[in-house]
Amino acid sequence: MGQKASRPLSPHLLIYRWSPQMAISIVHRVTGFILSTAGMLVLLWWLAAIGGGAESYAIFKTYVVNAGEGATALETASNWFFRLAAIAVLYSFFQHLFSGLRHLVLDTGAGYELNANRTWAIAAFIAAFFATALVVLFVASRFIGA
Amino acid sequence: MGSGTKIGRVRGLGSARQGGKHWISGMESSVASLLLSVWLVVSLLLLPNFDQATLAQWLGQTSVAVPMILTIGVFFWHTQIGLTVLIEDYVHDEGLKLGTLMLLKLYALAGTVFGVFAVAKIVFAGAGA
Repeated sequence: MGQKASRPLSPHLLIYRWSPQMAISIVHRVTGFILSTAGMLVLLWWLAAIGGGAESYAIFKTYVVNAGEGATALETASNWFFRLAAIAVLYSFFQHLFSGLRHLVLDTGAGYELNANRTWAIAAFIAAFFATALVVLFVASRFIGA
Repeated sequence: MGSGTKIGRVRGLGSARQGGKHWISGMESSVASLLLSVWLVVSLLLLPNFDQATLAQWLGQTSVAVPMILTIGVFFWHTQIGLTVLIEDYVHDEGLKLGTLMLLKLYALAGTVFGVFAVAKIVFAGAGA
């Protein structure tokens, strides 16, 4: 990609239909990036907040879990930002876990038959979606709202 | 080695002969991350609540602090291996690539040290009130 293509290129390289197998490959990388950055930073923040005591843990909770009753507009806004980030990290965790399991199977040399490869790619997406939804509903019912 | 196109100059040289080790490390760290993730999720679900006092008491135990320190180390190990692949694939400028890889190593090392310190503090000095 480094050099500019001044010669004519065959157009067939740019014409293709997206498939679940292609999507899961790039999603594995994107979710890995999210976990490595946002995920690890939240994990470190959580550990430091536990060590920092009840007050610093309350600050962590105000942002990531629930801004609470007397929250300012800014606190509520940041809370929603971090909630969305937390959902992204959670989804990334399950997606990366399931697509990672798929990669471990592929690394043994199995699962390359066209139908099997496609089926397991779709299965990993579905499993990640439901696992994320389950945890979000669990957290929402237990810690957020009335 | 010809002086033609970029691909012409590398054709016939074979592989770089160093990718296999990185790939194996990626698998090793992924299996370790998987096992420790399961440990982390299961032991969190077994807690009665997620109050700071409960979590501090939980983290203060040797049987929790040791796997937690291991988890931090393994996650950052896997982070470094995974992001190295991303950087090598998507950062094309050699200087920028070298600099980004350095930053990544620093991030993984600093993150590990910070996490280990945070857990060790709770174990040895106790969590703040």
